[in-house]
Amino acid sequence: MKLKTFMLGWEFPPFISGGLGTACYGLTKALDGLGVGVIFLLPRISPSQYAGGIKMLSAQDIVKSEQVMSAEFKNVKFRTITSELQPYANPLSYHQTQLQQTKASVHISAGQTEIEFAASHYGGDMYSQVYRYAEKVTQIAASEDFDVVHAHDWMTYPAAIAAAKISAKPLVVQVHSTEFDRSGENINQMIYDIERQGMHCAHKIIAVSNYTKNIITSRYGISADRVEVVYNAIGNNGTNGSRAVCSTFNKNDRIVLFLGRITMQKGPEYFIAAAKKVLEKMDNVKFVMAGDGDMAHRMIELAARLRIGHKVFFTGFLRGEDVRKAYKMADLYIMPSVSEPFGIAPLEALQQNVPVLISRQSGISEVLTNALKVDFWDINEMANKIISVLRHPSLHQTLQKNGLEEIRRFRWEDSAAKVKRIYESVLN
Amino acid sequence: MASVCFYFQVHQPFRLRHYTIFDSHSNYFDDTENARICRKVAEKCYLPANQLFLDLIKRHQGRFKIAYSITGLLLEQLQLYAPNVLESFQQLADTGCVEFLAETYYHSLSFLYSPEEFIEQIKAHREIIRKLFGQKTRIFRNTELIYNNQLPELLDRFEDFDAIITEGADHILGYRSPNFVYRPVNSRRLKLLLKNYRLSDDIAFRFSNRDWSQWPMTADKFAGWVNDVNGCGYVVNLFMDYETFGEHQWESTGIFEFLRHLPQEIFKYPDNNFKTPSEVVASYDAVGTIDVPHTISWADMERNLSAWRGNPMQENALAEIYRMEQLVKETADRQIIEDWRKLQTSDHFYYMCTKYFADGDVHKYFNPYESPYDSYINFMNVLDNINSRCDTALAQKEQKHFTTPVRQTEQGKIGKKKNVNKYCVLERNLL
Repeated sequence: MKLKTFMLGWEFPPFISGGLGTACYGLTKALDGLGVGVIFLLPRISPSQYAGGIKMLSAQDIVKSEQVMSAEFKNVKFRTITSELQPYANPLSYHQTQLQQTKASVHISAGQTEIEFAASHYGGDMYSQVYRYAEKVTQIAASEDFDVVHAHDWMTYPAAIAAAKISAKPLVVQVHSTEFDRSGENINQMIYDIERQGMHCAHKIIAVSNYTKNIITSRYGISADRVEVVYNAIGNNGTNGSRAVCSTFNKNDRIVLFLGRITMQKGPEYFIAAAKKVLEKMDNVKFVMAGDGDMAHRMIELAARLRIGHKVFFTGFLRGEDVRKAYKMADLYIMPSVSEPFGIAPLEALQQNVPVLISRQSGISEVLTNALKVDFWDINEMANKIISVLRHPSLHQTLQKNGLEEIRRFRWEDSAAKVKRIYESVLN
Repeated sequence: MASVCFYFQVHQPFRLRHYTIFDSHSNYFDDTENARICRKVAEKCYLPANQLFLDLIKRHQGRFKIAYSITGLLLEQLQLYAPNVLESFQQLADTGCVEFLAETYYHSLSFLYSPEEFIEQIKAHREIIRKLFGQKTRIFRNTELIYNNQLPELLDRFEDFDAIITEGADHILGYRSPNFVYRPVNSRRLKLLLKNYRLSDDIAFRFSNRDWSQWPMTADKFAGWVNDVNGCGYVVNLFMDYETFGEHQWESTGIFEFLRHLPQEIFKYPDNNFKTPSEVVASYDAVGTIDVPHTISWADMERNLSAWRGNPMQENALAEIYRMEQLVKETADRQIIEDWRKLQTSDHFYYMCTKYFADGDVHKYFNPYESPYDSYINFMNVLDNINSRCDTALAQKEQKHFTTPVRQTEQGKIGKKKNVNKYCVLERNLL
């Protein structure tokens, strides 16, 4: 009998703002390849919420995009549900976007033809939205046939718990990040409670690394034997070897790249502090911060205060081809995350032939060997390593070559096979 | 008649401390860590193994014989951290049953880069062996048994070496057996002793491997394998790291018991015996010549240089350190030259090996680094500092030449020193 999973995600390419969408796509595609049926539920996010400001979709576009998405897969069916849910949001920023959108756009529930008016429905807070979403998901769950419920990260947990309950199927929750990663010790109690409830209701928990598994066992009171580690992977998107020169920079400039959300979790201030140290020893280096986030303005100020403003460049949020271009310019990619459950970006950088320096406080540093590693707070060591890569072509070259070779081991097929085994184990 | 010829490699490098681009002191070596490791290995390996060999030599009344190659760097460390080990090696030397071999003092790869430096390091090593053990070395073993046709040519300059020890690699021997004495192509007087890697590895690597079909290997079984050589050879060269005993193979594997019983089992075959390398050379004529146009070593499966010169970082680090040779020597500064030489130790380049890194494989033994990249970065930072020390030293030398009034020079110097200190303090504050 063919396995079928009722999967709840909250972003999917091309509508992504972080690694979660990339991971969901990679995993779903590989499960599809293994012949596992997937019903993928997605909140239909109003596009204006994206930092990049992509254009609004009409009702027809949505139905169409659903069909386009489904066409790529054999065993996957997409169902989208209107919602204001947004990954990586916190209640405060959620509230802010709400204000901007009060008289907002027409929201269309895809898959069904009804039209909803966002403004008329809003309770105005995120949590009620999460539970409203759960309600709608339950309705769909009742009409679909599947073997297991699989939920990605906290916003979908209430919906997944309800769906598992109504269908009497086992629940698997996958943790791509925890409240502790996103907020340090200043956690939002409500989100923590939802995460905790989801984990405790689940038959099995999938952690994206041992790093995350440790947080799950130590912070959420889950016994280690209920948590399985399934690492993320990287698809084969082809490599583009040659380095691009950006017209803004001198040909002799060496470029060090930060690419990600500029938030506390990603450690942007350590990047700037290390930049300051590097520039004390080397002059022809430029630091590029690609991404957006609530700390972006503070970082611009910090660079100015350290008097390296002319050496640090902010690009804003990048997507698609621009991300590729950013990688192609770079001599070194840095991920100085304070707490990174996995970290797909370093794999993408290596795929684009860019050596990487990653924080030890990350899941990827457990498994990626051909990378430079530092503790995120150790800016001296970070600068030391940055300088070495920029000064010694042989180091750059060895990291590049061996890194590119190594990322071939990170295959979504393997991750999906492991997920499939987990499904089978909860069904027995 | 089959002779067992044991030679043990005894070496520890001076490992570097963590050294960043922001450091400017010249205290490169991690004394604490080196002392810790030296004492630990002494406790687990050198002391018990030396005692065991002393006992065996006494018990068998001079019929049990062995050879050591101890690097100058280890001898230095023993003097510093474990003088009792040095004493026990001296006791072994006094038995007359132990031969000491010659190598490069610094366990370096200088043979591949600088003949002059190579010769100097061999001289230094022969000198310390003579001083500490009262022996004139006759047999040469190169770092990691690295060998090619140029080696005998170079060693002929000494005119008093009898033989070279190297790996009995399949691809240099072809159908021939390592259990004979050979001659290199480029020397009339030198002989070659080739490692029997199968029997050596049975002890060094497979001894405790429970998946090995011959496990457990007992002394009588091994003595039987040695005896099987009779009829197609006369010497079984068992060459291995001394740390095999008690470190690579823990005491609990029974490795010491194996050794304790091995001589008596060998002697059960009346024709068989133990010989030192020099005795082997004196006893047996060479049966043929061995041509080694491409460099070999005793490392890994490939038996080549890829463990030290396998990636661009290693090539670069090696090229850089030997490119500095002239500069370093011109300073005539003993401390600079000494530091530079300690950096030549092959271990530093071995740590940079990425060959099996992703598999988390072998190259980990007492490796102070988390990754080969860290090791390269550290090494290059130190090298960079030596480089600037050379520049400073040479500039000072020149200054001495050109400024005549002594007083003025002194003042100038003091003034300069003060500035340097200020800068250091400033930098420290910034860090």
